[in-house]
Amino acid sequence: MIWKRKDLLGIEDITQEEIEHILAEAQKTPEPVLVGKSVALLFFEPSTRTHTSFDLAAKRLGATVTGVPIAQSSVQKGESFLDTLKTLEAMGVNLFVVRHGESGILHPVAPQLQASVINAGDGAHEHPTQALLDFYTILQHKGKFKGLKVVIVGDILHSRVARSNVWGLLRLGAQVTLCGPATLVPKEASEWGVEVSYNLEKALQGADVINVLRLQLERQKESLIPSLAEYAKLYGLDAQNLSLAKPDCLVLHPGPMNRGVEISSEVADGSQSAILEQVKNGVAIRMAVLRLLLSSRSKNEESRGRLKKAKA
Amino acid sequence: MTKNGRKILIKGGRILDPSQNLDRALDLLIEGDRIQDLKPNIPAPVKTTELEVWEAKGLWVLPGLIDMHVHLREPGRETDETIASGTRAAASGGVTSVVSMPNTEPPIDSATLIRFVLEKAKKEAVVNVFPSGCVTKGQKGEELAEMGLMAEAGAIAFTDDGKPVMNAQVMRRALEYSKSLGFPVLDHCEDAHLSGQGVMNEGVVSSRMGVRGIPTESETLMALRDISLAELTGGRLHIAHVSCAGTVEAVRQAKRRGVRVTAETCPHYFALTEESLVSFNANFKMNPPLRRDSDVEAVREGLRDGTLDAIATDHAPHSPSRKEMGLEAAPFGVIGLETLLPLTLTTLVHSKVLTPLEMVRCVSTHPAKLLGLKMKGGLRVGMDADITLVDPNREKILTDRFESKSKNSPFVGWKLKGFPVGTIVGGKVVYKDGMLV
Repeated sequence: MIWKRKDLLGIEDITQEEIEHILAEAQKTPEPVLVGKSVALLFFEPSTRTHTSFDLAAKRLGATVTGVPIAQSSVQKGESFLDTLKTLEAMGVNLFVVRHGESGILHPVAPQLQASVINAGDGAHEHPTQALLDFYTILQHKGKFKGLKVVIVGDILHSRVARSNVWGLLRLGAQVTLCGPATLVPKEASEWGVEVSYNLEKALQGADVINVLRLQLERQKESLIPSLAEYAKLYGLDAQNLSLAKPDCLVLHPGPMNRGVEISSEVADGSQSAILEQVKNGVAIRMAVLRLLLSSRSKNEESRGRLKKAKA
Repeated sequence: MTKNGRKILIKGGRILDPSQNLDRALDLLIEGDRIQDLKPNIPAPVKTTELEVWEAKGLWVLPGLIDMHVHLREPGRETDETIASGTRAAASGGVTSVVSMPNTEPPIDSATLIRFVLEKAKKEAVVNVFPSGCVTKGQKGEELAEMGLMAEAGAIAFTDDGKPVMNAQVMRRALEYSKSLGFPVLDHCEDAHLSGQGVMNEGVVSSRMGVRGIPTESETLMALRDISLAELTGGRLHIAHVSCAGTVEAVRQAKRRGVRVTAETCPHYFALTEESLVSFNANFKMNPPLRRDSDVEAVREGLRDGTLDAIATDHAPHSPSRKEMGLEAAPFGVIGLETLLPLTLTTLVHSKVLTPLEMVRCVSTHPAKLLGLKMKGGLRVGMDADITLVDPNREKILTDRFESKSKNSPFVGWKLKGFPVGTIVGGKVVYKDGMLV
């Protein structure tokens, strides 16, 4: 297929074919095809792994990477989000990688920019590259998606990882079960095309993949869970309840982990865990996405340039 | 008696006046600021030098629209709207009177500030401005504001609109106290705890978008509480911007029991649903939020069966820079003065939910009655010459050119049918054929 999209804002917007194309692209050996391109990383929320992953991915492809220090930037001086991006675009940025605490912040803005935009996590909305690296990891282990039972455990309500995973997995033909206490699973989730379970033992039965979400520790203060200890007891993944899943069940976690809360160390470091592979695959997926968004654009620009010359 | 000899003769228009149950073609003569005559074939008076004849065949002639829920933003937020710009928007929307909301900066909670609005309006407004004052000092929900002094200065109603009065004891006192003054409390019904940091209606759409929701129960629970308090106190409660089926039903039941409660809704609640939010466009963000199809149906039914008394706009201007902050950070509210009539005509009257007379009841006669404006809301001889002329068949696609200083309308690009073509306030033509006069 020919990649046409300028931006990657979410998995909900893209087709099965596009997802598969990105996964195929991720297998290619990196070459410095983005020399002369400028990538800006704008992280309005703290991040270590996603930030570093994008940074390394862009550099391996030969692009120049600029991290924009938000804390000292004009954003703090009240500049609007769109103005910030337009200003950076005027300096020659070709692609923005943006993480922001607000759901959907990029959707009205991206069409107003020439530059490409990758959503590196927006509020509780989407985190498309995380989902893609999860899919890539699942594919490497299982070789397919159709018919797989994928259980996502934890704070679904606030999770952009969960949402991006759900839209993509359903499109790829997997069955998805969401599991957590009812305060952390939106009551409308049953209308998403997934199964909902409030009982981890039941949810795990027959699972091919378990994706364990990070529990934000502040949820306790918001009266969403009574205590971390209770959460760990009822919804923490450990060797005992993992044994209820299929023997070759794959364990994923987007990180960073709260060991002993949502996942036991035994499972996190165990033979079924693919957590470090996920991190490795993250770089490959981000290179694939950067390459697709930027090289398709440079082709477009070139052809436009040729057209202009031909007319002249 | 007239102050001057200025006369306007509106000829052959379809007179729609629910106050006398009138729906027929008649001539209407204005002299000075009053309606002088209303009958078939009024001859043009010969002795007057100043006579304007308005051929109104094919047009509807309504008692001027009264929008009882308008944010004029002055004082404090003059970049979003002013008394001058907001009333220009009203005039071009066929609205002849507005009730201004007091959640300005600072909030209008004293007689001095009521006087400020009235004096500003006297100088700069092109339509009638009736200010409402805060229920509580500083709109904090703690202590009663000086409602009596504000009433003396010219306040027409009391409200903490934009915020609920969360303390039931304070709301009880407000209903009692305003009862003794003879004014209604305009109630922003919302349980602030239940709404939390919500942004849009809680439902499958918000759950998919990962956006925090506001359940309909947040509105309905507070409506039920305040209906109970109105029952307890005998105070006059008017529920603002009803958005959902539960609240419509709560008001319906209360009215059946004889509680002194009235209610309004806004065009966006009968024209739009939560689905519009999937674009993450903050011009669809208002409070209460857009709800489901079934709520839209319930609101329409509430208007049809008279449960909902009035249609108001909750005109809430915000400058583009504020609305561009993203769906979650952007403030709540949409403008509405210039789209009130076309939306109501298109979605309710042309589609036969309301008859033309029922519509006029909602946008003029009822608001006049529940605000105690005895000389407005009808076209009887001797009443104020506040008149709106409407071309029910004019079709237009809405652009973002508004008289309002703000452009935060969710209806830009909509093709609508039925627009105001003339606005007369106190016998003076302020808007004619697409132009402010």
